[in-house]
Amino acid sequence: MSELLRHILSPEIPFLRNALLAGLLASVPLGMVGTHVILRRISYLAAAIAHCILGGIGLFSLLQVRLNLPWLNPTYGAIISALAAALLISRIQQKHAAREDSLIGAIWVSGMAVGLICFQVTPSYVDPMSYLFGNILLINKQELIITAILGIIVTGCLFRYNKELTGIAFDPEFAELRGLQVHRWNLLLLTLTALTIVIMVSLVGIVLVIALLTLPPALAMHKKTSSRALLVRSTIACAILMTGGTCVSYAIDLPAGPVIIGITGLSYLCSTLRKGY
Amino acid sequence: MDANPAISFKQICFSYGERPILENASFEINSGEHLCVVGPNGGGKTTLLKLMLGLLKPQSGKISLFGASPIKNRRTVGYVPQHIHFDPLFPICVKEVVLMGCLGNHIGKSFTNEEKTKAEKVIEELGLTEQIHSPFYALSGGQRQRVLIARALIMSPKLLLLDEPTAHVDAQAEAQFREILDRLAKTLTILTVSHDLSFVSAHVKRVLCVNRKVHIHPTEALSGSLVSKLYGQEMRFVQHGHCEGACKHE
Repeated sequence: MSELLRHILSPEIPFLRNALLAGLLASVPLGMVGTHVILRRISYLAAAIAHCILGGIGLFSLLQVRLNLPWLNPTYGAIISALAAALLISRIQQKHAAREDSLIGAIWVSGMAVGLICFQVTPSYVDPMSYLFGNILLINKQELIITAILGIIVTGCLFRYNKELTGIAFDPEFAELRGLQVHRWNLLLLTLTALTIVIMVSLVGIVLVIALLTLPPALAMHKKTSSRALLVRSTIACAILMTGGTCVSYAIDLPAGPVIIGITGLSYLCSTLRKGY
Repeated sequence: MDANPAISFKQICFSYGERPILENASFEINSGEHLCVVGPNGGGKTTLLKLMLGLLKPQSGKISLFGASPIKNRRTVGYVPQHIHFDPLFPICVKEVVLMGCLGNHIGKSFTNEEKTKAEKVIEELGLTEQIHSPFYALSGGQRQRVLIARALIMSPKLLLLDEPTAHVDAQAEAQFREILDRLAKTLTILTVSHDLSFVSAHVKRVLCVNRKVHIHPTEALSGSLVSKLYGQEMRFVQHGHCEGACKHE
């Protein structure tokens, strides 16, 4: 424990401090968006957005190398593909509700397929595993800044519109009757979810992001609370699990993403069994 | 009292795909009236309410509420659904549910103190003061129904639409509900969808019979044969005199 603390404070090991800081910064949007993802029961949609991101990352990696454009960061591709997926899913919900499942499934697998093909044809080697499973210990200063900026945007929007989003989650038909255009609010929530997923891809990767988006809020819901308090509890749960998981993975020298998710999954299962749900 | 009828349907046709639900429905309901909507399952009762609320658009015809379109008049209508599907762990208390009636008043801002005071007043009027901070999921069926009525009333609507309000409550809750409804009927126009014909005969003067076609009858005309014709099968009409404890069978 004291050795871990020494490593965290050591000026020669900045990556551990960066990883812990990234985890704490990401916990805020993650806990807040995750709460609404759970309340709206849209984790399937969030998973589709997450997998679609691989398409944007792959395409931008390919263009970056082929067109020799070093500034064309794959993270921009992730942001664009995530927002495009959010928009497309929102249109499907509005116009093709009867075929929602299969259409969203098609977006999910198409995004992944485009990404994997692009990685294959990119001249220099790009490791898709780093995007699929992430590595919080490799996060750099630029990614920390992007995480902080996206976090501020997502958190600000959710604080401002928490009342409306909670009302729609509770009873969308009634919210529509009160003059809220539910499909527009759905698009806002999906956009915020997309931005949060982009933040998380570099930390835990595409495959594991859904677990971290949904399990901490689900864990926080085990304690009876109000909707506003749930946002805070989910954020605290995220921060504890991210920090704890990162420290444990460093101490036992195992990949951070799977360790964080493993601890998160176990915590949720234990709490569920203890509560008897 | 409003000069325009509270609800006006003119030659309304509505279908889901090829399946017609309402055909040339025309009727008017005056301000201050309390009517019941009766008819078989799939006959178009809930569709009728959703058309009034502007949640569905008719294929032809014109609907107006107090002289304006349903969408324009949405905020003057209180709606109590039959039930709502919500996560049993949804973290929301009684007061928060009632305040949802004020959604859309100030987007991006918290509920005002005035709205919070109004919510407390409506909750008190419906006898739920003790449960004001209780989680919604922890309430009984009857209490939940009263919370949903409070949510519909917080914006002081001119028209109250209730979809099968006694469908999921016990006898005691139903009696409480009838008292509340009688009180509200003194100041509001009310339209209640109900299968409970004893409730219909005891509380309203006119009945809206819906089975693809829509007809309005005085309650006294609601006989066993009319109900059998409406529901398309042999029915035994049992009329309970709630005060006298008498029963009339046909």
